Amino acid sequence: MNIVIAAVGGQGAVLTSKILGTLAQNIGKDVKVSEVHGMSQRGGSVIAYVRFGDNVYSPVVEKGTADILLAFEMLEGARYIEYLKENGTLIVNTQRINPMPVITGEMMYPDDLDDKFKNLSINYIPVDALSIAKSAGTIKAVNVALIGVLAKNSSIEKDEWIKAIKDTVPEKFLELNLNAFEMGYRLK
Amino acid sequence: MKKLMLGNEAVARGAYEAGVLVATAYPGTPSTEVTEYIANYSDIKSQWSVNEKVALEVGIGSAIAGARTVVSMKHVGLNVAADPLMTVSYTGINAGLLIVVADDPSMHSSQNEQDTRYYGIFAKIPVLEPSNSQECKDYVKLGLEISEKYDTPVILRLGTRVSHSQSLVELKERNEVGLKSYDYNPSKYISAPINMRKRRVLVDERLLNLEKEAESISINEIEYNSKKIGIITSGVAYNYAKDVVLDASFLKLGMTYPLPTNKIAEFINSCDTVYVFEELEPITEQKIRSMGYNVIGKEVFPISGELSCEILRKVLLNEIKEVLPPFEGLPQRPPVLCPGCHHRGPFYILKKLKLHVAGDIGCYTLGGFAPLNAIDTTICMGASVGMAHGFEQARGIDFAKKSVAVIGDSTFWHSGVSGLIDIVYNKGHSTVIILDNSVTAMTGHQENPSTGKTLSGEDTPVIDFEALGKSIGIRRTRVVDAYDLMELEKVIKEETNAEEPSLIITKRPCILKKGIKFDFKTYVIDENNCNGCKLCLKIGCPAISFDGKIARINTALCVGCGLCKDVCKFSAIDIEVKQ
Ligand code: SF4
Ligand code: SF4
Repeated sequence: MNIVIAAVGGQGAVLTSKILGTLAQNIGKDVKVSEVHGMSQRGGSVIAYVRFGDNVYSPVVEKGTADILLAFEMLEGARYIEYLKENGTLIVNTQRINPMPVITGEMMYPDDLDDKFKNLSINYIPVDALSIAKSAGTIKAVNVALIGVLAKNSSIEKDEWIKAIKDTVPEKFLELNLNAFEMGYRLK
Repeated sequence: MKKLMLGNEAVARGAYEAGVLVATAYPGTPSTEVTEYIANYSDIKSQWSVNEKVALEVGIGSAIAGARTVVSMKHVGLNVAADPLMTVSYTGINAGLLIVVADDPSMHSSQNEQDTRYYGIFAKIPVLEPSNSQECKDYVKLGLEISEKYDTPVILRLGTRVSHSQSLVELKERNEVGLKSYDYNPSKYISAPINMRKRRVLVDERLLNLEKEAESISINEIEYNSKKIGIITSGVAYNYAKDVVLDASFLKLGMTYPLPTNKIAEFINSCDTVYVFEELEPITEQKIRSMGYNVIGKEVFPISGELSCEILRKVLLNEIKEVLPPFEGLPQRPPVLCPGCHHRGPFYILKKLKLHVAGDIGCYTLGGFAPLNAIDTTICMGASVGMAHGFEQARGIDFAKKSVAVIGDSTFWHSGVSGLIDIVYNKGHSTVIILDNSVTAMTGHQENPSTGKTLSGEDTPVIDFEALGKSIGIRRTRVVDAYDLMELEKVIKEETNAEEPSLIITKRPCILKKGIKFDFKTYVIDENNCNGCKLCLKIGCPAISFDGKIARINTALCVGCGLCKDVCKFSAIDIEVKQ
């Protein structure tokens, strides 16, 4: 299983990859998780990889081989679309966060992304994760709301997902995050 | 028990299990977490040093005094530490000394690419290269054993993908090796010519013995499958190769300096075609060519940047994976200074005053990009101060009046301080601005001599820039609130005009620093007053954007620093008090 997480720095991509990594370990798989730290955390574009299976060597997902692209923002989903394999699943938060070239008016934020995603031969699942996170009690839970959607679309038991979240998320924020997960899971 | 661990975390675990007693470092991506994780083990005395040279010097002292020691840094940090490195190779150690160095191929967060193996060759000390987290842990232990067995420091070369990927690690108990006895041994430890001429001979003998060790050591491993293709590889490149061509034969080098030449010869003689797949420089490849063998290496694999499965797949199998068509013309999303970042005000004013700015390494390097565009140059840690003086030496005092050096607090302690002394001593007139946000922000908020805390969180004196300036003979020192644009502009004008060196310290904590509480206010745009002039966008705050007609503030991001309010000429920005 190859999962690519595409996000804006500060959105919680690292925590998400930890949850997925813990999940894979809990269900007895070999697993590798890889992310880049440093500069990318200051609101830049970030990407993280999670791979699990019987034997995993490379910590990085090859382009065209991701089963799932989990995007925390529309533009970032588009940026890393090449990672997704044909008929792979794109789960994307429909939230739009303007990057600096758009803020300064140098470039336009593309507003046809939704149409373009629809036209690809992929399983496209847009999610208003920001609203879910807000009603779960914290805008910071966008990532876990998306994990809820991912869980629903996977063959791994729901209890395993909840356990992985419990193993990873600090006690203080656990309840809010479990709420967000549940709301993501129940969607549609 | 198995645990999913970051490579850096596994290095820390290895240090713990190997009975390490002392750890020192200067933070630098991708090496930072090694020491952060070590700090969690109370059996190890760990510290942030002001720079890598000092970190290594402390480490050498502690190893000679009998404690197993780990010193960590990123590749460019080893340049700073190169001076003691070359000599500790001669003196040797007493208890094990492991120098963990993380390279950053593809420059995810660095000013250049370097292959640390060259330092191993240069200093004649062995280099080990793990390929996953389990090996990170195992090689720390092995490295310390080699260090003690051969009386040499050992380099553990990591790379971004090994440091920053997580894989499963089997945990073991700590082996309390304790302190070794300390022997007074001046002919070994005093690096005077009379002693070191003799040690030089020993260093070369040691290298010969290490070459023998490389032949038999278990981490240089041959795995024969189909002998049509043989791949000699190391580090993370091994993983890429294993993913792409399972049925090839492999010589996986865990020790990449010195190299096991007999083993390499045996492997090459058994395989039809041999590829050398190594990240960055063709070091192994060149050694093999000098042995008279023909292998395929950098003529087909790139010399710069990270390697990948894609690259190997294309070269070896002539295969290119079908990928979805990329979306053209997407806006980039470069990293930016956070909303409310203390650096934004000073850069806005420097730009406004059209000054030449010698910049330095830290979050504030981002002030060199749009829309602030306020930096002329950046070379390396601490270089800004010396470069500003260089501007003056080249172009005279009038140019000095139109230029400044900017440097962060941590970077100033790292190596800016010596440049400042140079300015005073050589009668320069430069203005140096210390952007003091009281933390080492870029690498993830580490403590430093400005923060009042040590790595383990203990209280410690805050070292005072003003007093320091005074003591080295700077008469003009000004402290300014980084959010007060008017005062900033006034002070910068005055100090750049002064015909003597001056120090400006801009103050405000990094907004991401732990424990920093802001007033519960945010700013909003008064729609009636905003005339869409876009002036407020010039400060580059990610919380402000333009909706086509007027500016908008994203209240979820705004921290209420008030900078935009001062920039707006139409009083269109108002305080909104949150509950
Ligand atoms: S982390 Fe701190 S210093 Fe760095 S950009 Fe953000 S506010 Fe500024
Ligand atoms: S007050 Fe203005 S400049 Fe400061 S964070 Fe808020 S929007 Fe950005």
